[in-house]
Amino acid sequence: MRYAMVIDTKKCVGCSDCVVACQNENRVPIGYCRDWVIEHAKGTFPNVSIELRSERCNHCENSPCVRCCPTGASHYEDGGLVKVTRQECIGCGACVQSCPYDARYSHPDGFVDKCTFCHHRLQEGKLPSCVSVCPTECMYFGDLDDKESKVYQLLQNRNWKVLAPEVGTKPHVYYLI
Amino acid sequence: MNKSRREFIKLSAIGAGGLVLANPLLNAMIGQVNAAEPMDASKIKRFPTYCEVCFWKCAGWVYTDEKGEIWKIEGNEDDPHSNGRFCPRGTGGLGMYNDPDRLKTPLMRVEENGMQTFKEVSWDKAFRFIAEKMNKIKEESGPESLALFKHGSGGAHFGKLFKAFGSKNITAPSYAQCRGPREVGFNTTFGSNINSPEPVDLENTKCLVLIGNHIGENMHNSHVQEMSKAIDRGATIITVDPRLSTAASKSKYWLPIKPATDIALLLAWMNVIVSEELYDKKYIEQYAYGLEDLQAHIVDKTPEWAEKITTISADVIRQTAREMAFHAPATLIHPGRHVTWYGDDTQRLRAMAMLNALLGSWGRKGGFYFPEKAKVPSYPHPGYPPVNWTWKDHLDGTYALAGSSIANVFVDMSHPDNESDYKIKGWFVVGTNLISTIPDTQRTLEAIQNLDLLVVVDTMPMEITGYADVILPECTYLERYDDMRVSPNRFPNVAVRVPAVKPKYLSKPSDWIVRKLAKKLKLSKHFNYESYGEVIDWQLKQMGSSLAEMREKGVLKMERKTPMFIEEDDYHEFGTSTGMIELYSLDLEMEGFDPIPNYTPHPEPPQGFYRLNYGRAPMHTFGRTANNPNLNELMSENCLWVNPFVAADNNLENGQEVWLKNQDGVVSDFPIKVRVTERIGKDNVYMVHGFGRANKKLKRSFGKGISDTQLVTNVMVDPVMGGTGMRGNFVSFVTDKPESEVIS
Repeated sequence: MRYAMVIDTKKCVGCSDCVVACQNENRVPIGYCRDWVIEHAKGTFPNVSIELRSERCNHCENSPCVRCCPTGASHYEDGGLVKVTRQECIGCGACVQSCPYDARYSHPDGFVDKCTFCHHRLQEGKLPSCVSVCPTECMYFGDLDDKESKVYQLLQNRNWKVLAPEVGTKPHVYYLI
Repeated sequence: MNKSRREFIKLSAIGAGGLVLANPLLNAMIGQVNAAEPMDASKIKRFPTYCEVCFWKCAGWVYTDEKGEIWKIEGNEDDPHSNGRFCPRGTGGLGMYNDPDRLKTPLMRVEENGMQTFKEVSWDKAFRFIAEKMNKIKEESGPESLALFKHGSGGAHFGKLFKAFGSKNITAPSYAQCRGPREVGFNTTFGSNINSPEPVDLENTKCLVLIGNHIGENMHNSHVQEMSKAIDRGATIITVDPRLSTAASKSKYWLPIKPATDIALLLAWMNVIVSEELYDKKYIEQYAYGLEDLQAHIVDKTPEWAEKITTISADVIRQTAREMAFHAPATLIHPGRHVTWYGDDTQRLRAMAMLNALLGSWGRKGGFYFPEKAKVPSYPHPGYPPVNWTWKDHLDGTYALAGSSIANVFVDMSHPDNESDYKIKGWFVVGTNLISTIPDTQRTLEAIQNLDLLVVVDTMPMEITGYADVILPECTYLERYDDMRVSPNRFPNVAVRVPAVKPKYLSKPSDWIVRKLAKKLKLSKHFNYESYGEVIDWQLKQMGSSLAEMREKGVLKMERKTPMFIEEDDYHEFGTSTGMIELYSLDLEMEGFDPIPNYTPHPEPPQGFYRLNYGRAPMHTFGRTANNPNLNELMSENCLWVNPFVAADNNLENGQEVWLKNQDGVVSDFPIKVRVTERIGKDNVYMVHGFGRANKKLKRSFGKGISDTQLVTNVMVDPVMGGTGMRGNFVSFVTDKPESEVIS
């Protein structure tokens, strides 16, 4: 099983609902976030285009954060999830520095926090809260090893990219372009 | 009441002992539940609601945690407004509940040591004061001299109080400051209003045309969802907007039109569709009145003619018109919502309606569907007393086609310069911040100074609360019952709202406020219930359901009784005077207006000035959410979109703070940060509406960004229905801090 998130930039309107839903679901304190939205504009008026995309931890296959964690708090779980065990985290912040996507933050309660793909919801058979709230349904989640899955199909049939492929992290968040 | 009495009060309230005012701990507590603590799932409860963060009123569920505090809010999957997915504002609605700046207790204007301030008072004292003033106005001028400005669910309760008291002078800025022209434009064409939510069949459309309508930035939930599905299906989107809106960025055709020239484009589109005989001949022959008149009217409105006016090339005009016709009748020219732009708005919306008519999209799949609405019985109450006059008497036949009351006319009726016999002496303002909803703030303030009573009911301090004699703190929608949501849709449905938590502080639901005030006014017979839950339960039982059932379901769906679209062999009767689609409007002709729309040139910005355009951001509902802790975090201020050439001409840098000065010399209270972007052209600047809050009690949003309303001093009134056109204001940049005093 390889969990993946596929986000269609052609449909995203940048509303940031994914951010608010995540904050509520995961009780992320105001002032912090596990996901965020980027707007990238190209061209000159009137030949101009924009890309909107929701970003978060990429749950990389080759994660610098897991490699650099001195206590083993950052670790892989089934399906390739990258998670932090709060009790083992000493809050040193090495992982925050190592992440090329700036996806981690130091929680005021003394540990490092980030997106878990809503692991607690996956265990209940639900989708991550950002995926289930998105009004445009531009976000998809599933198992890339399952060839029937929507995420697999989309990556087969559409053009896509990952962020910062040059750093070799093998991200599991894909963007349809 | 002396004239200078109603200063904007600058100080915080004076404590009356024992009442919670600003608890610094509350700031630290917002949303900060210990994240490491696991939640006990068995203690999680859910309560049905419909959202009050905007007018879309999506139905959903409020979840409370083990402590009984609000955890999260999610959409109800049976609800056609949300389809189980709330927008960021609905998801962040708990910020309205948690905001420590909320109004917490009734406040009354008092004078202490020569200074005006608000004093905390008991509900009883507030009611006694208000009832006394209301009765005095009634004795001196009649009950009709009290007017209600309202928005949202709370306002409905006050509407009943006003009718029981003897006044039908009830209004909402959502008509003449927002969607009014489209109601008249479509009604004069099809004999039907658009209403809310707009009955557009985005779900099935093959070609969506947006005229300055920025779906995706306006987060009209189900429409955003359906537009996204249209993108998935590969539908053509044509967006007309001087700015690359989010919708424009997803469009096959973006027409960056010169502002204020839309009618020329619409006439040219009709010229192509008629002259190339691309219109729906069978539909037009069967249903339309006045095709020959239209033909004669637009014969010279060629794409070449329109190109010179709109800057959109004749080729693109032809190409887009043909593409619309190709997909017809599944082509939808969306009526939009906030359409009070240039004063000839009814005519622009008429032109949009007529284009829909030519394409045969009204009452057709992929165009407009015929909505159905649930019938909900009224809770029994004694009849309301007759009234001697209403706002219509003041107008004496002017704006006869307006289908609702006109908020700016209420300001006129309250102003010292009103020479008619119909004078307004007191206002209730419920859930609407008139200072930023009605343009020409100065005139609104002059009217306010002329009042004998101003009562403001809201959940938050706003600019309007600063001018109140009495402020009544309404609790948020998460803490109260309200009328059921009954809105026209693809199928009839109702949604309920029940309290998920008790009202915070001393705030109360509007239905409670109204009942208690009614008692002081000896009108209790009209409000014969102890809790609004009783009223809803009674209504639901008449409909074969109950409140208990609805606590589990949230939304009740019913079967349609009539067809959703015009059927092939059916003959459809339209609600116009001819019973047909009026390409030539007899109503407009009778009132002395153009029966077919004309393009009239509008003033252009003078040298060194730029047209001020404004719009929405998906995470905010105007000023209503500017201070919401969850949503403020996503966007805490607006910025000024400026084309790079304009920035260079004015030596502006990205991120630089500037003040704006309009054509009448009005300078913004606050500065705004420049956003240099290629997404906008050289003749206009753009900002999101709802920022530049001037009430210091809004700790998060005070002084952040600019209020566009402050700069809208040139108001172009629509002669057909009295709407206030607001997009004819021009601004220049002021880079040094101006020497003016901020009003608060």
